[in-house]
Amino acid sequence: MSAAAESKTRREGASASRARLRHRFNAWLNHHRLSAADSLARVLDNPVSSLLTWLVIGIALALPAALDVALDNARQLSDKWDSPAQLSLFLTATASAEQAREFHRELQERPDIAVVVLVSREEALAEFSLLSGFADVLDSLDSNPLPDLLLVTPAPEAGPLAALQQELSTDPRVAEAVLDMAWLERLNTLMELSRRMVLALGGVLVAGVVLILGNTIRLAIESRREEIVVIKLVGGSNGFVRRPFLYTGLWYGVGGGFFAALLVAAALWFLGEPVARLAELYQSSFELGGLGMMGSLNLVVLGGLLGLAGAWLAVSRHLRRITPR
Amino acid sequence: MITFDRVSKRYAEGHEALSEISVEIRQDELVFLTGHSGAGKSTLLRLIMLIECPSRGQLIVDGQNLAKIGARGIPGHRRNIGVVFQNHQLLFDRSVYHNVALPLVIAGYEQREIGRRVRAALDKVGLLAKERALPITLSGGEQQRVGIARAVVARPRILLADEPTGNLDPALSAEIMQLFEAFNQVGVTVLIASHDLALISRLRHRILTLRDGRLVSSRA
Repeated sequence: MSAAAESKTRREGASASRARLRHRFNAWLNHHRLSAADSLARVLDNPVSSLLTWLVIGIALALPAALDVALDNARQLSDKWDSPAQLSLFLTATASAEQAREFHRELQERPDIAVVVLVSREEALAEFSLLSGFADVLDSLDSNPLPDLLLVTPAPEAGPLAALQQELSTDPRVAEAVLDMAWLERLNTLMELSRRMVLALGGVLVAGVVLILGNTIRLAIESRREEIVVIKLVGGSNGFVRRPFLYTGLWYGVGGGFFAALLVAAALWFLGEPVARLAELYQSSFELGGLGMMGSLNLVVLGGLLGLAGAWLAVSRHLRRITPR
Repeated sequence: MITFDRVSKRYAEGHEALSEISVEIRQDELVFLTGHSGAGKSTLLRLIMLIECPSRGQLIVDGQNLAKIGARGIPGHRRNIGVVFQNHQLLFDRSVYHNVALPLVIAGYEQREIGRRVRAALDKVGLLAKERALPITLSGGEQQRVGIARAVVARPRILLADEPTGNLDPALSAEIMQLFEAFNQVGVTVLIASHDLALISRLRHRILTLRDGRLVSSRA
């Protein structure tokens, strides 16, 4: 064979194998379309049992999703409180009462500070002995151990409080500038704890959804056992047999995700009015946030993925065992 | 086309269904396989379809040594073989048309091509008018013909039939056999398992006789 003829044959061979590949790809795509449509038709053909499956999955997904939304709302609320409204300036023990009053005046003239309250060491001691009940012990002390205290409330338009704290703590008269963060830390820790609990609950429920769907698909496989045998007898591959069941799982999952989004939206609508009234009573403009378009879509996609996972679980366990006898 | 070389099949429970079978079936042949029930007719067909694997010996189908076909190759191998089952193996939840179309759907043909071929196959078995019917509404003979249409629709090179006339009256049986002869005449290798000796000895084709898993005669 001449070199030219050989290269021609090779080209033809390559184009023939490309055509075969294209045919196989088209066949594969066709069967995906067919399986998707056929599975959807089967799901819709049994509206009651499908609806029940969708609701079960929807409820299981709605619970963690709703808790997550609640948490998001709580975080939004707490973000507004992120800056404590007050800075406590403890003056050095060497600072005299005169110096303290001087400092008080200085601060009051600053534009970024709204109010400054001077709590002198005598007042502090009196208040402490009154509130603590240690009056006798405190009386026996030779000198007052408490420093003078300036309570600084920044002007609303002032910058971050931490910057002010930084600046004032460098003043030689100030021993310590303290932001009262303890309760905020507690709140944040509590939020983190709740977040983890929601995550754990979500994990458990997601696993439950996969198992429920796995079982549903297992039943579907059982009810179509004869069909599977016949398909395998006439040359259907495992992939061919698997496809409709994977799509069935997908449709159940997507429907479940849709119902979950619907349930969350319904719950928010149900709570919306009292929350708004409560916010009004607190003179807050707080508004309940929902899943939003993206969140709902994510829920549907998540449902679909879980459906696929459950179907895959069932299919990989049960289809192989069904062979022609 | 189909070559058995000292093929034996022993089941796990120790029963030897086939022993030392050696036979060759040529591409242009129609061959009958007969013997009492339990003689190994079905097992022989199942070996060709790779539902079972031989315990010993070599089996070559269409130039391929079946021992070399892995689990992934089995579907492709079965697509090259049309099979008519004794119990029809039809799907009762779908129409005659969709039953016959199944091998083509598996092979990935386009809808238009599927329609053309399914109608051609149904026409050949005389059931074109019943394409929308459900198999359950058909008589036994009609169901068998649907099974035959499904077996030939993808134009396989080999056609196997396991007792295709099992429950049919003599006139219908003869008709079914004529169908198989017609396929053989267009170049399909046909192997039919049947115990209807009266019928098959009237037709002039090679008859393989099995007794207790052994090939006892192979005559034309």
